[in-house]
Amino acid sequence: MAALQDGTLDAIKNQQSKLLGDWIGALEANGATRNLKEQDVQQQTAEFLRLILDGIRNDSGNNIAAPGWADTRRFLEGLSNSRALLGYDSHQTAYFIFALKGPLFTVLQDYYRDQPASLAEQLLSVSELLDSFAMHTIRTYQKTREAVIKRQQEELLELSTPVVKLWDGVLALPMIGTLDSQRSQVVMESLLQRIVDTGSEIAIIDITGVPTVDTLVAQHLLKTVTAIRLMGADCIISGVRPQIAQTIVHLGLDLGGLVTKANLSDALKLALTRLGISLAKV
Amino acid sequence: MERIPILKMGDFLLVTIQVDMYDQLALTLQDDLTERISRTSARGVLIDITALDMVDSFIGRMIDTISSLSKIMDAETVLVGMQPAVAITLVELGLYLPGVSTALDVERGMKLLEQRVRL
Repeated sequence: MAALQDGTLDAIKNQQSKLLGDWIGALEANGATRNLKEQDVQQQTAEFLRLILDGIRNDSGNNIAAPGWADTRRFLEGLSNSRALLGYDSHQTAYFIFALKGPLFTVLQDYYRDQPASLAEQLLSVSELLDSFAMHTIRTYQKTREAVIKRQQEELLELSTPVVKLWDGVLALPMIGTLDSQRSQVVMESLLQRIVDTGSEIAIIDITGVPTVDTLVAQHLLKTVTAIRLMGADCIISGVRPQIAQTIVHLGLDLGGLVTKANLSDALKLALTRLGISLAKV
Repeated sequence: MERIPILKMGDFLLVTIQVDMYDQLALTLQDDLTERISRTSARGVLIDITALDMVDSFIGRMIDTISSLSKIMDAETVLVGMQPAVAITLVELGLYLPGVSTALDVERGMKLLEQRVRL
């Protein structure tokens, strides 16, 4: 692999302001700076160019894993992190680097006008270097996005399974969102554990917030209800909306073993009746 | 040989499983229990599995069998104290135990048995 010559360094240094101008122009034309402050973009581009120059000057070679490129790598990681958190897509993030290619090649073409062999060699070299940096940026971007998604999933899972105590011996679980296998497992475990901990005899599962009930969801519900019954408690399903009732009947699902109520207050009334509690106005 | 004790409390028999169940133990319990029911003409059986934290399909089926057996011999069976993990395992195994009555703890199980027998 051809190393970068000092000539390239000089060329970049001499044309730095033109290079930066063209680069930012290309970024803006592509929409890669959308919502970013102008001075931030200027600062980031100048910083990256400075780091590249430093790297070439220190003869760090084309392998971006080399210690000479550590600062550059760190800068790009920070950059793609912030882009990922700001909601930019991978294309826009990587384009920050790809947009430098055009202006840089023009500068080099100008400089090596009379030496076609050197020009080709230097172009290849610079191109490889920038490509590796772009790949590094995308990789970091991906990692950050994955971390964000994972955290959101965990938060969602925890947020969506609160078991609340409605009365002495009556637990309620208001379910919100689609009920998939993983969630129903978490729901089942936390509800059963709470039944043991509190010694509650009746558990109400409120499905007002569940958008659709299909065969799979119905099966999960049935399993949960059966597990609750096996432990010696009773389960009432509440919040069956009209559309959901229609879906269940049209799908021909057998919910024969379940006690269902239209809303939570009816379910609570039934639970209190079963416990032998009656309420009266004073 | 290891055996699971069967205690007599009035009209009822109380079985408390305190050790890990293995197949032979389950079969012995089945024999012992039916024999005791016929000898004491008990009206109800209470099986406490609070300490049982692992089940397989065999033990699950055994619980079902014991319940059916006692019903034939005119004794109600109530299963009490099932742990969440056990309940989930049984459900995942497809053992819904439709014929078995359940209660949260021994006290409530006794109450349920008394109600059933009085009817």
